[in-house]
Amino acid sequence: MVNQTWTLSMMRIKLALRSRTFLFFSMAMPLGFLFGYVIFFGRGNAMAVPYLLGAILALSVMGAFWGLSMQLVMFREQGILRRFHLAPIGPGAMLASSIISNYFLVFPTVILEFLICRFVFHMPTWGNLWAVFLLVSIGAATFSAMGLIVASVTNDMQETTVINNIIWSLFLFLSGVTIPVAFMPGWVQKVTLFLPATYLATGLEGAMLHAASFSEVLEVTVALAVSLIVAFEVSRRLFRWEPEEKIRGKAKLWAIAALIPFLLLGGWELTRGHLLQEINHQFQIINQRAAAAPHPTANRR
Amino acid sequence: MTEPVIQVEGLYKNYGAVEALRGVSFEVHEGELFGLLGPNGAGKTTTIEILEGLRTQDRGSVRVCGLDPQKNPVEMKHVVGAALQSTSLPDKMRVEETLEMFAHFYRDHRDPKELLKRFQLEEKRNAFYNQLSGGQKQRLALALALVNNPRMIFLDEPTAGLDPQVRREIYDTLEELKKEKKTILLTTHYIEEAERLCDRVAVVDYGRVMALGTPRELKQRSAGTTRIEVRLSQPSADGALNHLDGVTDCRKLEETYLLHSSKPTQTIVALVKHLEAQGVELQGLEMFSPSLEDVFLELTGRRLRE
Repeated sequence: MVNQTWTLSMMRIKLALRSRTFLFFSMAMPLGFLFGYVIFFGRGNAMAVPYLLGAILALSVMGAFWGLSMQLVMFREQGILRRFHLAPIGPGAMLASSIISNYFLVFPTVILEFLICRFVFHMPTWGNLWAVFLLVSIGAATFSAMGLIVASVTNDMQETTVINNIIWSLFLFLSGVTIPVAFMPGWVQKVTLFLPATYLATGLEGAMLHAASFSEVLEVTVALAVSLIVAFEVSRRLFRWEPEEKIRGKAKLWAIAALIPFLLLGGWELTRGHLLQEINHQFQIINQRAAAAPHPTANRR
Repeated sequence: MTEPVIQVEGLYKNYGAVEALRGVSFEVHEGELFGLLGPNGAGKTTTIEILEGLRTQDRGSVRVCGLDPQKNPVEMKHVVGAALQSTSLPDKMRVEETLEMFAHFYRDHRDPKELLKRFQLEEKRNAFYNQLSGGQKQRLALALALVNNPRMIFLDEPTAGLDPQVRREIYDTLEELKKEKKTILLTTHYIEEAERLCDRVAVVDYGRVMALGTPRELKQRSAGTTRIEVRLSQPSADGALNHLDGVTDCRKLEETYLLHSSKPTQTIVALVKHLEAQGVELQGLEMFSPSLEDVFLELTGRRLRE
């Protein structure tokens, strides 16, 4: 099975790299966001770059959610999965290939983002690279698996696109990667505590901004890992090879199982945790640093 | 006697209210090219897909190479090759890398380069799947069916929709596979395909096996009669054509009268005299030597391609 999974992963990486749509959404768009963030939000201030890079890294990793799960639905609709079903490969290998290929496709973008921040925008720190590596790795795998669970509980491309857009919008606008959580009203801030994307973004921002240690990102890593395992297993059980096999309404509820770790984590944070304070604190740090740092145009004068 | 490579017994399958299979039973022996012959919707594809492990039956038992496709799917797929009625692959996959990828899925496999050569795809080795013609796609599907050097090969309508030239090339390939003593199960609705290639044929309609035997045995069932198809300017009087010299059976199918005759020359002479006497004009007349089409017609009362 390892050999088959690896073969499928390599094939899917090749196909992704031959797809202009994939290259645009997974590589060009995050880089576009990076330039936009640093130029418009950071105003070229190098001290703001680590914080903004944390958000951009989270955005790139979360992109794995779209990634190859849509491709899997398309394969099913076009009857391509039927041909693979004739070979001695199981749903596990097919799903794992989505996660593995997404993982390898995320890293070049992440590395490029780091290099641009360091050498083009003069980012003063590398943050805690090991913590970043850990979060990017587990994040890419978990968000891929969440995409797979959507692919498993939807019956066609149209349905998949609608559900993906809804979830993606929540991730995008409530996790702090586009609008800082510190700017949001109190009740919205509480809602963000139930989203996996918030933990990933906060973890990556912390790892970049104040070189958060392993122990500081452990909580989010464990929650993401549990979600990964649950999402993978649910997707494997609900996997369908045939385009005409439709999933029943009740079976779709299994998708919620993947969010259980974050529902628990959100509940805990809401009553006893301190994530919201940390988010607000990080935002204050970056504001103070930005205010204290000389503006790049001042240096040139 | 060795165990059959395929054993199918009392196979039933419903799609909602539609009864796709109603007790299909047959066996296929080692080295045999066995055909399931029938019109669209007869249950051929459902049968072959149950054997391939793509679908489950509602009732009945199936063994392929001694294995149950539902209980031992992985083990079975290692020894079985298959080409679907319509094979789809990712548009941006190249021909050679597709063969190489599928070869990696199996314990035992053939050299993809040898398959490229055999199926005349060498020039297209670097072409994307969406750049291939229909015939080239079908050749690739056949090459994929052989990539694991299978003991048993399933081919679902391998020549459907292809031009005569490509069809002949595929016939040649299947004849080569026959010489290699491969066991093949083929579905088709082409009479000439079944007659030319198959060692034995099961005539299938409405989810049932209507007749089973070698093409020769089946044709003998039509009593060795010649089929004469006649179109007239106006309907013939009831039963009149039945009494013509040599006619053993007469039935009307839409606007055509189908006469089966043991003495075709005498039948035609008698027919012409009869029509002249009745003042009816002969608009068309065709003669056919006994074929599986006749067997099918006799068994089901309709043509294969209706």
